Amino acid sequence: MSGPTFPLLSLVTFLPLVGAILLLFLRREQEKLVRMLSLVVTGVTFIITLVLPLSFDFRSGEMQFVEKVPWIPTMGVTYFMGMDGISLWLVCLTALLSPIAVLCSWEAITDRIKEYHIFLLLLHTGMMGVFLALDFFLFYVFWEVVLVPMYFLIGIWGHPARRLYAAIKFFLYTLFGSVVMLVGILAVYFHAGKVAGKYTFDVLELMKVSYPWSSSLWSFQNLVWLAFFLSFAIKVPMFPFHTWLPDAHTEAPTAGSVILAGVLLKMGSYGFVRFSLPMFPEATRYFVPFMVTLSIIAIIYGAMVCLVQQDMKRLIAFSSVSHMGFVMLGMFALNMQGLQGSILQMVNHGLSTGALFLIVGLIYDRIHSRMIADMGGLSSVMPLYATLFAITMFSSIGLPGLNGFIGELLILVGAFNVDWRWAAFAVSGIVLGAAYMLWLFQRTMFGTVVHEHNRGLSDLNFREAMTLIPLVILFFWIGVYPVPFLRAMEPSVAKVVARLEAARKVVEGPAPLPVPERVARSSRGDPR
Amino acid sequence: MIGTYNTADVLHALPEVFLAVTAILVLILSFSTPKRRGWMETLSVIAVVGAATLVIRDAIPLFRPDGSPVSVFSGMYLVDKFAVFFKMIFLLATLLVILMAVDYLPLVGIPVGEFYAILLFSTMGMMFIASGGNLLSLYLGLETMSISLYILCGFIKRDRKSNEAALKYLLMGAFSSGVILYGIALLYGLTGTLGIKEIAVAVASRDLSNPALLLAMVMLTAGFGFKIAAVPFHMYVPDVYEGAPTAVTAFLAVASEAAGVAALLRVFLGAIPHIQVNWTILFWILSALTMTIGNVVAMSQDNIKRMLAYSSIAHIGYVLIGFVAGTKMGISAVLLYVLVYAFMTAGAFAMVILLRTETVAGDLIDDFAGLSRVNPPAAFAMLIFLLSLTGIPPTAGFVGKFYLFSAAVDTGSWGIVLVLIAVINTAISLFYYMRVAMVMYMHEAPAALTLSSSRPLYVSLAFAVLGTLVIGVYPGPFLELAQASILGLGR
Repeated sequence: MSGPTFPLLSLVTFLPLVGAILLLFLRREQEKLVRMLSLVVTGVTFIITLVLPLSFDFRSGEMQFVEKVPWIPTMGVTYFMGMDGISLWLVCLTALLSPIAVLCSWEAITDRIKEYHIFLLLLHTGMMGVFLALDFFLFYVFWEVVLVPMYFLIGIWGHPARRLYAAIKFFLYTLFGSVVMLVGILAVYFHAGKVAGKYTFDVLELMKVSYPWSSSLWSFQNLVWLAFFLSFAIKVPMFPFHTWLPDAHTEAPTAGSVILAGVLLKMGSYGFVRFSLPMFPEATRYFVPFMVTLSIIAIIYGAMVCLVQQDMKRLIAFSSVSHMGFVMLGMFALNMQGLQGSILQMVNHGLSTGALFLIVGLIYDRIHSRMIADMGGLSSVMPLYATLFAITMFSSIGLPGLNGFIGELLILVGAFNVDWRWAAFAVSGIVLGAAYMLWLFQRTMFGTVVHEHNRGLSDLNFREAMTLIPLVILFFWIGVYPVPFLRAMEPSVAKVVARLEAARKVVEGPAPLPVPERVARSSRGDPR
Repeated sequence: MIGTYNTADVLHALPEVFLAVTAILVLILSFSTPKRRGWMETLSVIAVVGAATLVIRDAIPLFRPDGSPVSVFSGMYLVDKFAVFFKMIFLLATLLVILMAVDYLPLVGIPVGEFYAILLFSTMGMMFIASGGNLLSLYLGLETMSISLYILCGFIKRDRKSNEAALKYLLMGAFSSGVILYGIALLYGLTGTLGIKEIAVAVASRDLSNPALLLAMVMLTAGFGFKIAAVPFHMYVPDVYEGAPTAVTAFLAVASEAAGVAALLRVFLGAIPHIQVNWTILFWILSALTMTIGNVVAMSQDNIKRMLAYSSIAHIGYVLIGFVAGTKMGISAVLLYVLVYAFMTAGAFAMVILLRTETVAGDLIDDFAGLSRVNPPAAFAMLIFLLSLTGIPPTAGFVGKFYLFSAAVDTGSWGIVLVLIAVINTAISLFYYMRVAMVMYMHEAPAALTLSSSRPLYVSLAFAVLGTLVIGVYPGPFLELAQASILGLGR
């Protein structure tokens, strides 16, 4: 548990907030300065964040860099931050994507630059906090704080046609889910308080309590699990709750899409791993068929919808639905490989889909259209762009040697270990994924140039290339040498798996079913 | 009822006395030197601050470990933490309203002196409600407050809407006061006393299923339902809020609602806690209806004052969640929410006044268009209020809602159902609150958007923002204060 006494986690969380406050004091005409300051703040945050993996104890599955201060003592609320192998890479991902978001807005955003960067920095603070908070109250605060700047990023700087609709839809969906989760949190808080005699929102404390479970849907643990599920599933988004995503992603400015796809979606899947799985292991097992069904539908449905999209950005948005289906499938294999693959795939998806949105943004800045029909033959005009696009596409498809492959492979192995049919369905999703991505690439990059004025397009400049190149380096790194990434999360994931294994006996029952015990259990699990 | 009269008793009522005396001074000043701008405002502020100081002076012994409530005038008037808590809210609201009104009154042609005097009288009435230990003194406080409010509503004499508001409020208010009085009479008939504590004792020893008792309860529910504007007794609210001068609307929304809640808590938890089972069911339904109808109807409003009227109805619905829970936690959640609500709602109305200039009425949501470009800090302040009203952290509204929800979840499945209704309502409310944010940030200003340049108004805005954020980020002390102020009310 012992980490450096220096509050490193608070520093990386609140440094962007400090930056946002500094921005308030700049005049709005000082555009260059605003951009520079934002870049410096996010860049410095990123560099400081790099200290985390470097001083991280890879053998420990415990929380590290812990900070704990009382906040609202009468309610048992603490300011409790900490990080383990599960959150480590997501925090790094967030810190990496933020400067990229600033860079990619350099020329694309020309209106209300100051406010734009303030919102970006606020968003940064919220996202970091979500991954680092270990107190439910604190977590919830960060979780909601994220919504507001994102609402404005979509609503003010989005694509004019439908941005207001997309913004409010995003906000409404996610807010509704999160308030339901709040009710779940409160139920857990009171139950644990009564059992343990100490009311606290400390997640680690709450995990020590076992919550009543029975095979009835109405048992306490199942209901609370569902409350959390609603919030997280909307955020991921899982299949029937995904309809906000295509709108939000498509209408958002490039940086917004990058952050949405790269980080915000992971908040949902992270929530499952961090809270639902270890805290409600029995309920998690109980809902496996349900979750796997939804995930497989998402994988295949998302991929098939991609095949018919005319709009490049919308296509990539729907590909997220499919890819996040993979993440959820691997997670609900509930074994080591599946979970590790799932967490790694969260990072991978953040990198590759983030890069794909950057790529759409780059072309949109040039031709002011996202329609696939308006592109075509661009590889001859913009060779560097086409090359980076190709690598990103292969990363997204899961070509061996690139990051996507490692994640998908682990997920497939994990799924196969449980049921070969899951893996079979998932593989069909990969095939479809290859189909729509390759077809997209073919239609946009190869063939003849469709519009005469497209011939004069300039290739990427240094700044634009620098938004993509760090991501491409990481594609290769994770693809070729994923060991450090996996090793860091191993002890933490092992703890989660151990809890889930312990729950297996309860849910599936030991091999010979002792009948009396079952009866006793179901009569105990009475939801209040 | 004639007990021993003790001159020292008056000392405990010093805040109210001070307020009344200063109010009369303001009135005299307005006749003698009507041209002196600033005097009456200053004197009113002194009245409020002085009264607050006196309240705090009275409160200090109460908050000592051995402090116990004081009962004076034969139990008519109580000095306890509950009273102190609410009095501070009333005075806070009055202060914010005075600051808002300074430059607003001349703009709409309201006679300054009378306005402040009546405002202070109304506040005094509220303070008597908070201290009411007897149904009679409580009723007198209620009437002092209400009659002053009827006048305040109609203060823009040439404005038809203002007249309509005053008349509607008067008719409805008088009717509801009558209903309350009927309830009080029934209780008196049953128990032979008007003292709140004595009634509780008497009721406990009698048949709890006595229809007259239930009738009294229903009468009181309806009467107070009118005062706090719970559905289905809310019909007058939108028209009154829209027609009344905005500063008065703010006062209605914040102070008078808080006073209604104070009276409700005093009477129901003080006098008839033994039939809590019965009125809990009643208020459960009222709570669910109030928040749902308030929020749903608020969605379709174009006038921001009407929207805030429906939103205040919805918030009363939330407040009732804590009342329904009826536990110590629930009641302290009510108290905390009333405080939180005072800051954010006063702030929102201050924003409406900010938009009021000689040429623009500024009470349409569309009048906010482009505010973020014209005056970013003001737009940001409004955003804070809107987020707080929705209940999004890190604002006070979130803390208030969080605590209310906690209290209800703790009471079991019916509480959870009520919370789930509130959850759906929160999502609905997001829609119309964010509509204002959208207009401010995402629509363009039609022409030159001018704002009021009133300094005091900005002060009250800043104060409201500060309150909303401080309670949101560091709620601990406020929570403890609310918990300490319930004095054994609640299960």
